[in-house]
Amino acid sequence: MSEKKHMGMKAKTRLSNTVIYVILTIMSIVWLFPFFCIVCESFRVESTYQVGYVIPKQWGLDNYINLFTKTDFPIWFRNTFIIALFVAVFQTIIVLCMSYTLSRLRFKMRKGLMNVMLILGMFPGFLSMIVLYKVLNGMGLTGPNSIPGLILVYVGGSGMGYYVSKGYFDTIPRSLDEAARVDGATRLQVLTKVMLPLCKPIVIYTILTAFMGPWGDFMFAKYIAHASSVGMTVAVGLQSMIGTPSSLAANYTMFCAGGVVVAVPITILFMSLQKYYVEGVTGGAVKG
Amino acid sequence: MSELKGQKIDLSQDLSDLEYLKLTKLQGIVYDVIHFFKAVPAGIGKFFVGIVNLIKNFFGKIAGEFKDIFVTFKEGDFKTRLSFLIMGFGSITRGQILRGILFLVFEIVFIVYMAVAGFYWLGKFRTLGDAGGTMEYDPILDTYVRVAGDDSFKILLYGLLTIIFIISFIYTWRLNVKQNKIAQDILKTGKKLKSGKEDLQSLVDDEFHKTLLALPLTGIAVFTVFPIIFMIFVAFTNYDGAHDGYANLFTWVGMNNFNELFSINTGTDNLSVAFGEILSWTLMWAFFATFTNYFLGMFVAIMINKKGIKLKKMWRGILVLTSAVPQFVSLLYISKMFATNGLLNGMLLDWGIFDNISQYIRFWEEKNLARIMVIIINIWIGIPYLMLIATGILMNIPADLYESAAIDGANTFQQYTKITLPYMLFVTGPYLLTSFIGNINNFNVIFLLTGGGPKNPALLTSAGAAGDTDLLITWLFNITTGAESKYYMASVIGIMIFVVVSTLSLISYNLMPSTRNEEDFS
Repeated sequence: MSEKKHMGMKAKTRLSNTVIYVILTIMSIVWLFPFFCIVCESFRVESTYQVGYVIPKQWGLDNYINLFTKTDFPIWFRNTFIIALFVAVFQTIIVLCMSYTLSRLRFKMRKGLMNVMLILGMFPGFLSMIVLYKVLNGMGLTGPNSIPGLILVYVGGSGMGYYVSKGYFDTIPRSLDEAARVDGATRLQVLTKVMLPLCKPIVIYTILTAFMGPWGDFMFAKYIAHASSVGMTVAVGLQSMIGTPSSLAANYTMFCAGGVVVAVPITILFMSLQKYYVEGVTGGAVKG
Repeated sequence: MSELKGQKIDLSQDLSDLEYLKLTKLQGIVYDVIHFFKAVPAGIGKFFVGIVNLIKNFFGKIAGEFKDIFVTFKEGDFKTRLSFLIMGFGSITRGQILRGILFLVFEIVFIVYMAVAGFYWLGKFRTLGDAGGTMEYDPILDTYVRVAGDDSFKILLYGLLTIIFIISFIYTWRLNVKQNKIAQDILKTGKKLKSGKEDLQSLVDDEFHKTLLALPLTGIAVFTVFPIIFMIFVAFTNYDGAHDGYANLFTWVGMNNFNELFSINTGTDNLSVAFGEILSWTLMWAFFATFTNYFLGMFVAIMINKKGIKLKKMWRGILVLTSAVPQFVSLLYISKMFATNGLLNGMLLDWGIFDNISQYIRFWEEKNLARIMVIIINIWIGIPYLMLIATGILMNIPADLYESAAIDGANTFQQYTKITLPYMLFVTGPYLLTSFIGNINNFNVIFLLTGGGPKNPALLTSAGAAGDTDLLITWLFNITTGAESKYYMASVIGIMIFVVVSTLSLISYNLMPSTRNEEDFS
């Protein structure tokens, strides 16, 4: 009797596992399908507009060659890369300063400061762009010269995004700091000698997200670059490439090539640091 | 009224815990609902009492400050008294030279600024300028040249900066007075004052937070706080493309813009209708986008983490891979994939499922279909991230909880509803709120997928057209960048977004089972 029941359980588990495998396989296909398509279409030579099949009839590098020789794509890519580097450095410093202070140090205005920032975060970020654009425009940092302007905009308010890393710092026992303080370390030494070595995952997570931000942002970049092609980032540039029906028909496969060129290095970077990203998300995002 | 074991109970009365537990499920729900609404008036009352107390405290504090300043002057020696006029005098003469010089320099800068520019901008602030630039004939050049007039934008900008400068001067002056009192008291007890060197040293030790926060807070003040203050003021002007503040000045219009948004208009201007429609879709979108991602992401995480499932790393890797690709690439590509002439319709035609192109599914051209599509595609975008978060939390649930539940005969579904879900909801409550707010302002997904479309003629407004999938934030973007450039309307809508978000946050914050204490984790 019990033997039979045991068998039943086993069969049930096997069945449910099979169902899960089927679901996961279908999901994987659905999730990977667009990327498979975009890669295939980027190598298509016979037509530049949208067609009803994925596998090209004629393979070739024409789209990539055109992308680099006939459009401003190299400039967009360089712009984005420069912006991303600066943002990665400065935003990381700012976010870590902010989150470390709010998590580990206790001072009079701490709670008030956090509440003010909570309230500020309820205003849509784009609202401040209108005035920032006018001011940056007056300083000549928009349009073709949008790189320094965009760096300022991305870095300037980044202290507001301290939640994830603060959540991570919160999980580290306070007794560690206190022990170091008792041993005579200043607060600066506590930060550099005790905390930072422990926080490698969140530091890498912060650098990674800061670096990836400019590649994905659209709203600020479009507004600051306006209509100037040499001041665009890849996101704005590639969108402008397929902005109208006629340009879509002429540039669709080239857009696919551009998407692949942007996605490949970012994806490789991301996947190689994936371990830290996962630790940062699971350690910080929820507890933040 | 309802019956409970032969005895009548009134569900609108407060019950003790024991009585509450005896209620049936239905009665329990009725009881909760009644008491939720009963608590509303009290909550509103509390809110107003809170505001009144806040104002009272504020004025009480101000009065206290004045009293303290007066006492300081009365009991102060001549160094202290002279510091009321010459800031930093007391500090310098008492040997705290660094502090004193900083105070003094600040005072000099302030006086010079006010004399050179400050009063000029303040004088113009009330009207935002009287005469715009004109084109006048220049006989020497034989052409019309622009003669610069007032610039409303600059007046508003510098006027606000001057006001902020004045407030910070008052604050610094008060600090200066306080410093004198403290120094005097310390010297009276015979102790020594901190030297400039010690002041600097404390910046990496006891006052370390000041050093660390200096850069981030300056950034936030310049790039977030000031622009927000500025835009709140813009909401009370008629600043737009036609009144650019340079050729045509703009000026204060009071509450007109809010009236414009909320009054029922006839004819082609449906601003209030458009606002209502877009707001309700924004909330609907935020609700579905947040909760579909949340539950499906959790579901996927549970599936992958299930005992006996092999290749866990691979499944996770595939999903994470998709979130590594910059969002705009995948969003733009998918948007084109589902376009009427796009890959999907083309494939269905090629395979013979469609006979001709008139059967194409117009994903982005029908209101409800477009709305459902953006929610579905957002699931595709969001599940990997949610899956990661849920995985982290699920691993934290003690395994023996499940084991003992299994021994007690709970099946998988019961284990899920009794252990997993409550635990997840408890831990991720604040996260749900932030992601709800994030979705209200989710520009990328909507703008890159549909651009707000399909355009809806019923939502045509004086500020520009709006579409059926437009969120408030994309509408705001279109109003700003559109031909009319109605900056003032963008500000008004920005303020309305703030009102919506803050109200929702307040409500959900009060409904959350527990507001977690951050010290719990340390």
